[in-house]
Amino acid sequence: MGSALPEIDFQRQKQVAQALREFLPERSVLWEQEDTQPYECDGLTAYRRVPMVVALPETGAQVQQILKACHAMGVPVVPRGAGTGLSGGALPPGDGVLLSLAKFMRVLRIDPVARVAVVQPGVRNAAISDVVAPFGLYYAPDPSSQIACSIGGNVAENSGGVHCLKYGLTVHNVLRVRGYTIEGEPVDFGSEALDSAGYDLLALAIGSEGLLAVTTEVTVKLLPKPEVARVIMASFDDVEKAGDAVAAVIAAGIVPAGLEMMDKPATAAVEQFVRAGYDLEAAAILLCESDGMAAEVEDEIARMKDVLARAGATRLAVSRDDAERLRFWSGRKAAFPAVGRISPDYYCMDGTIPKKRLGEVLNFIGAMEKKYGLRCPNVFHAGDGNLHPLILFDANDPDQLKRTEAFAAEVLEKCVQVGGTITGEHGVGVEKIDQMCVQFGAAELEMFHAIKRAFDPKGLLNPGKAVPTLSRCAEFGKAHVKSGQLGHPGLPRF
Amino acid sequence: MSPQLSLTQIQERIREAAGRGLPLCIRGSGSKDFYGNAPRGEALDTRGHAGIASYEPTELVMTARCGTPLAEIQAVLDRENQILGFEPPHFGAGATLGGCVAAGLSGPRRASAGSVRDAMLGAKILDGQGQLLAFGGQVMKNVAGYDVARLLAGSLGTLGVIAEVSLKLLPRPQVERTLTFELPQAKALEQLNRWAGKPLPVSASAWRDGELALRLSGAGSAVGAAAQKLGGQAMDAAQALRYWDGIREQSDRFFAGAAPLWRLSLPSQAPALELPGAQMLEWGGALRWLRASADARASESVREAAARAGGHATLFRAAEKTRGAFAPLSPVLARLHRELKKTFDPAGILNPGRMYPEF
Repeated sequence: MGSALPEIDFQRQKQVAQALREFLPERSVLWEQEDTQPYECDGLTAYRRVPMVVALPETGAQVQQILKACHAMGVPVVPRGAGTGLSGGALPPGDGVLLSLAKFMRVLRIDPVARVAVVQPGVRNAAISDVVAPFGLYYAPDPSSQIACSIGGNVAENSGGVHCLKYGLTVHNVLRVRGYTIEGEPVDFGSEALDSAGYDLLALAIGSEGLLAVTTEVTVKLLPKPEVARVIMASFDDVEKAGDAVAAVIAAGIVPAGLEMMDKPATAAVEQFVRAGYDLEAAAILLCESDGMAAEVEDEIARMKDVLARAGATRLAVSRDDAERLRFWSGRKAAFPAVGRISPDYYCMDGTIPKKRLGEVLNFIGAMEKKYGLRCPNVFHAGDGNLHPLILFDANDPDQLKRTEAFAAEVLEKCVQVGGTITGEHGVGVEKIDQMCVQFGAAELEMFHAIKRAFDPKGLLNPGKAVPTLSRCAEFGKAHVKSGQLGHPGLPRF
Repeated sequence: MSPQLSLTQIQERIREAAGRGLPLCIRGSGSKDFYGNAPRGEALDTRGHAGIASYEPTELVMTARCGTPLAEIQAVLDRENQILGFEPPHFGAGATLGGCVAAGLSGPRRASAGSVRDAMLGAKILDGQGQLLAFGGQVMKNVAGYDVARLLAGSLGTLGVIAEVSLKLLPRPQVERTLTFELPQAKALEQLNRWAGKPLPVSASAWRDGELALRLSGAGSAVGAAAQKLGGQAMDAAQALRYWDGIREQSDRFFAGAAPLWRLSLPSQAPALELPGAQMLEWGGALRWLRASADARASESVREAAARAGGHATLFRAAEKTRGAFAPLSPVLARLHRELKKTFDPAGILNPGRMYPEF
């Protein structure tokens, strides 16, 4: 994992800072180490690097000027939102400019009739739903960091949340992303209509981890708030039974508003933290939510209860009011901080798997716990197959850190092997860049680099993230295996 | 009928064409030959690469090859009470999955259940050099690498032969009911936007000739409660099926005749456009159809009106499309399109000109 030692070229630093000061006020350009140090990492604190220069623009025109200046000087630019990302996507450049969009905090327009809100990228996810609540509307994607993460970061990562099986990801809930290319040209991806002429560049831009363009404005779709929401909490004495219950709910033709699972160690950790009244005897707990019109929710809850009971649930409780519903959810939403309290450090994984392979993957994780001598509670977006195993470790012990990394790598590779992916919603960033070599072949990785060049020929925007070079894959030594053949036949191996 | 090509044979044809710089016209059944600019190049039949590769009802995912007929997919889904949420138009009995994704056209359920692109989870393509590439996967959430699978929806085959796709499915709604209301266009737009802001199970809407039809889908209790709130006239179930078929497949009387058909994609609340010709609304007001005069000058005014309203206009069906089927792109977007096209198809042989004349 990364080191914090700055290796700054001071002459270059001065040159770049001065160039930015030509059009930015003093408060918007940071370069002294005491000012730049707070930007050394995002939510993935294991990777740190002090940026050469931090720019804090306040207007789109300033963003444009920064990009033009950096492009002309050949200086790398790394955009950053709230800094809550979990894959090191906003790890700063030691030789470039960290472009913070933290000052882009305004809600520009709310149109309750068209059901859209136009916001700046620094607006927090949860703040959107708060500000449109008086109109009976909300913004659906709700990543667990929603009180802190910003919509610009959500766009970069295509963030999900606990309701995305029914309501979709960021890509399904954003109509337009407005911003600038690395050359400083203004560009719109999408529109306020449901589609646009030409290629769907909006779909390409969302989840591109800040490698294709810089976002300065986002138009989000708002949904009418459901009349009622209720959640079932179901206990199972066996994790595989809980997995089968998830399949049974879907097979019954129900798409729950939320369908989450926690295993016993995760439940124990969160119960200590939030006192939600979770069943501590259960091997796994399912939270299964229904929302919609009152009559419909009554119906669906009854059907889901029936399915869960037949799937072997040992205890079933249905929230009686909204306070109780939120209490049932409180533990799941607080799973990460709760785990943070029982261990000095934890490492959160983000693989997605076909749901039917859940039992196999959880057994595999159990075996890895033994192999590496580290504990690993699991929380799981069960409805869409997105696993968040949390490896508990102590970063002060270098050996534990090493074992954690190896543990995580094995789990992610297992996810690929069962037909899943190394990242469901946190992004590749710097963290999972080596595992990209397992998931994709050389030809696909080359295509990703070519797409990047189509937008950013000089490779200045968030360089070194998300897509590994082929030589890195060769060094990593774990090439993609396709039909029994290695993916990079032409490359030397070490 | 051309011979049934295997994937390897399709790959060889692309390699050969790329080497010689000869354009290929990628084609399934030809049900969407009318769409976009006129096809040119030697036909490359994709129907030989067919079949459902995997289908897991409890995962809500199906993976199928490009030549698979949509009708076959729907028959298989039917048995498991599942549907393609985007309710694709076929525009012909033999319509294939590949053509459906390449055209990227969605049907009446689009405003509530999402588009073709929204349902795309993964794809395998043959690029312009015949390389077989796999993007995305078969899981709901996947942010590894750029989302190329979704980019392919609506790319009209210009980025690659879409060989196989994985799609997210939805359960079939338990109950559907259609209500009709007598309303002028402006009033219909107002109502549709108001209803869309309420938690009602509206799954489709269409307005033409002063009549608004609204389809409700979901649990019986929800549909019943909503129908009571909304009022209107109930349409007979069999008639409703025919009605929505007619809207989706454009066999409805609105689409009869030879007058050019424009598709306008607009913000749903955009006021009724003052354009000569009959209009029809779908998608809660976000999709508008216009039967315009064949006058070439009309092209400019339709495109301008759509752009002013915040959307774009496509000349969907017309005997003559010399002004281009699709709205022109801004200079920066046009450059990005050209660069992407070069990336996927450096020899420029896949469906050249079908989307824009310059590539």
